[in-house]
Amino acid sequence: MLKARIKFRKYGVLRFIGHLDVMRYFQKVMRRAGIPIAFTGGYSPHMIMSFASPLGIGLESDGEYLDIELTGPVDSREAVRRMNEAGVDGIEVVSLRQIAEEKKMTGMTILAAADYLATPSGDAGLPEDWQDRFAAFMGQPEIRVLKQTKRSEREINIRPLVFEWEARDGGIFMKLAAGSTENLKPDLVMDTFLKDLHPEENSLSHPFIYRRLEMYADMGEEGNRKLVTLESLGEEI
Amino acid sequence: MRKLALNDDILLNIEKPARYIGGEVNSVMKDKDKVDIRFAMCFPDVYEIGMSHLGIQILYDMFNRREDTWCERVYSPWLDMDKVLREKDIPLFALESQDPVQDFDFLGITIQFEMCYTNILQILDLSHIPLHAEDRTETDPIVIGGGPCAYNPEPLAEFFDIFYIGEGETVYDELLDTYKTWKKSGGSRKDFLRQAARIEGLYVPQFYDAAYNEDGTIAAFTPNDPCAPSKVRKQVVMDVTDAPYPMKPVVPYIKATQDRVVLEIQRGCIRGCRFCQAGMIYRPTRERSVETLKEYARTMLKNTGHEEISLSSLSSSDYSKLNDLVTFLIEEFKDRGINISLPSLRIDAFSLDVMSKVQDIRKSSLTFAPEAGSQRMRDVINKGLTEEEILTGAGQAFEGGWTKVKLYFMLGLPTETEEDMKEIARLSDRVARRYYEIPKEDRHGKCQITASSSFFVPKPFTPFQWAAMYPAEEYDRRAHLVNDEFREQLNRKSLKYNWHDAQGTVLEGVMARGDRRVGRVIEEAYHLGCLFDSWTETFRNDLWMQAFDNTRVDIAFYNQRVRGKDEIFPWDFIDIGVSRSFLRREWERAMNETVTPNCREKCSGCGAAGFGGGVCVEGKN
Ligand code: SF4
Repeated sequence: MLKARIKFRKYGVLRFIGHLDVMRYFQKVMRRAGIPIAFTGGYSPHMIMSFASPLGIGLESDGEYLDIELTGPVDSREAVRRMNEAGVDGIEVVSLRQIAEEKKMTGMTILAAADYLATPSGDAGLPEDWQDRFAAFMGQPEIRVLKQTKRSEREINIRPLVFEWEARDGGIFMKLAAGSTENLKPDLVMDTFLKDLHPEENSLSHPFIYRRLEMYADMGEEGNRKLVTLESLGEEI
Repeated sequence: MRKLALNDDILLNIEKPARYIGGEVNSVMKDKDKVDIRFAMCFPDVYEIGMSHLGIQILYDMFNRREDTWCERVYSPWLDMDKVLREKDIPLFALESQDPVQDFDFLGITIQFEMCYTNILQILDLSHIPLHAEDRTETDPIVIGGGPCAYNPEPLAEFFDIFYIGEGETVYDELLDTYKTWKKSGGSRKDFLRQAARIEGLYVPQFYDAAYNEDGTIAAFTPNDPCAPSKVRKQVVMDVTDAPYPMKPVVPYIKATQDRVVLEIQRGCIRGCRFCQAGMIYRPTRERSVETLKEYARTMLKNTGHEEISLSSLSSSDYSKLNDLVTFLIEEFKDRGINISLPSLRIDAFSLDVMSKVQDIRKSSLTFAPEAGSQRMRDVINKGLTEEEILTGAGQAFEGGWTKVKLYFMLGLPTETEEDMKEIARLSDRVARRYYEIPKEDRHGKCQITASSSFFVPKPFTPFQWAAMYPAEEYDRRAHLVNDEFREQLNRKSLKYNWHDAQGTVLEGVMARGDRRVGRVIEEAYHLGCLFDSWTETFRNDLWMQAFDNTRVDIAFYNQRVRGKDEIFPWDFIDIGVSRSFLRREWERAMNETVTPNCREKCSGCGAAGFGGGVCVEGKN
């Protein structure tokens, strides 16, 4: 059994399609493109397919990943071509690469970080010097926020989860912790910043558009972070 | 990239934005400047329901095969979107181009069930098209209705320019060609409607007048324009095998109710159940060739990527090549992770064998539709399913490992007695008893028998079109009587009984057999706020009752009379090919509890042989 990793982009109108529907979309693409994907057994077999990290409704992305198992060999370029031919405008398959067999190398388990770009939308109503203020905001030793999960609410320090950041293309680029252990969403960073900016306002407007750019695994040892893109862990077939 | 009619702010704040963005796999994009006719095809319910409808997919495909026509889709905006469109004054738009429906040449609305009538007014209203056909001008789209409810279009008569009576595959081309010529000629809207009225199967309500007797029944129904024929003949495709069929149906992003390839194996039904409208209006039964269906299955699965394929027909077991087709589907697709769904199969050794191959016996349930509890009642409705067949089928299924059975019944049928009602519970119990006859060590725990009943609604063009209905309280009484009887049964712990809403039934009855005067109730109900009446969470019976009050329309007149033998019905101007005398004969046989053989056992001369095909000529040429 061959394991393969697919990288794709999601943009335009397709940002209104939620994660579950993207999964259904790819299941159907596999059949239309005739990709020899493997199934589980039983009365209602389903495709062996796992996504690195769900993308929220409204976000665009240049770096989405899903891992599949193949029952037979495919040619990377040919498979990419066929999937795009069977696809729609708004989801573009970028690559299909073979990845190592081991279980711990797939999908969500190795995800460690993700890049995002937050761009102000047209009528954002931000102050002129908002990027400078953002620098000051990030300059704090600690940024404490209430993080709500389904079951509980806890205060965490999000500053260490922002691995890198910079002003880019009139917006903010951020490399954030991602995956099952620590996961920081870009809107939480920006919402916290906005609250810092206008402490008196209790209802937040949402002046940023978010785009995920890339996802990474951590290949470092003994606590030294060494981020490599999920794509680079695979090889063209 | 396509530009959406709605901005991000709106789309990110409503439920399921994918309902409104279009752009699905296999949806058709064309250059609007290069077509002559723009057709907006509407199913007046939410996207997930509308997208599941085969008829629309057939017409969508058929229209888009024409180079001069671009057909797009429209569905009912859900309540949250309805509010946004009204508040921001955004006109309703079609999914493909995202252009306002108002700019189209045609707005076609398929009318599948009576409880969608207020949704039709919502579509017109949100599209900024005048609700009444007489108020529309040359710049408004031509509003055309079709589907089963068009067989009594009268309650909706004022809201439509044209109704298409029958199967869409026949005269739409003629209509579109006529439209094109008319549009170039620059004639008036009325001119076009006159030309349309001359096409067989098309009904233009404004060219007819109804006069009423003092007792409220119809005195006369007559054309008021020379272009309008006094009888409108239903359209049928005699060669279903070569009729257009969509090889590339649109594949939604969000899960639709029918998220699968649908193979329509035949049209019509040989059985002749007396309550069933589909069984009469789709006569004669016509089968699609099995080789064509196999080819369709392959192509459509490939083109959609669906993981399930389903057969569609009124009674799959009567399809003569069923064995061949099902064996093919299993052999060809089962190992490729494709689910095969086989609805409306009669339970017997063959179907149980097939079902055990395509589904998980322990999880799935078997469905029987005896429709009535007692044999007497089943004879009245001509449901040729005996208790012995049910118990034998259930017995075989239980021995094969099934433990769940669903039973479907109707309450409120003509001549129904308390005994007949109670038999629903008793029959369900006898099915359970059959299960417990199996030695304990061979059983898999308890069985689960779920009986459901709906209330019978008499439909036009059925032998029961003369029948009376009851007030809602009486339906409730009957359901409770059945429910009490269930509690008396030996195996009550293995039995479950559900029944449908009685209030909706009453409304459905008025809409089904109503005349033109019912239109104002629908309009009033819509103005009072009724919408999505088929959804329990949105159905407002109180507002409907107020609408009846405000318009002084009497429910009892429409529902609670046994109609006169020779009474003029609102739908009498339609010729479905099945004669009124046959329907009347069937009504009388029902009253005498006499069954009528099905079309393959013996032809009963219903009149449909006049179409010259299908089951009526089977084996005769
Ligand atoms: S004419 Fe005879 S065979 Fe044909 S549909 Fe009617 S009853 Fe059936």
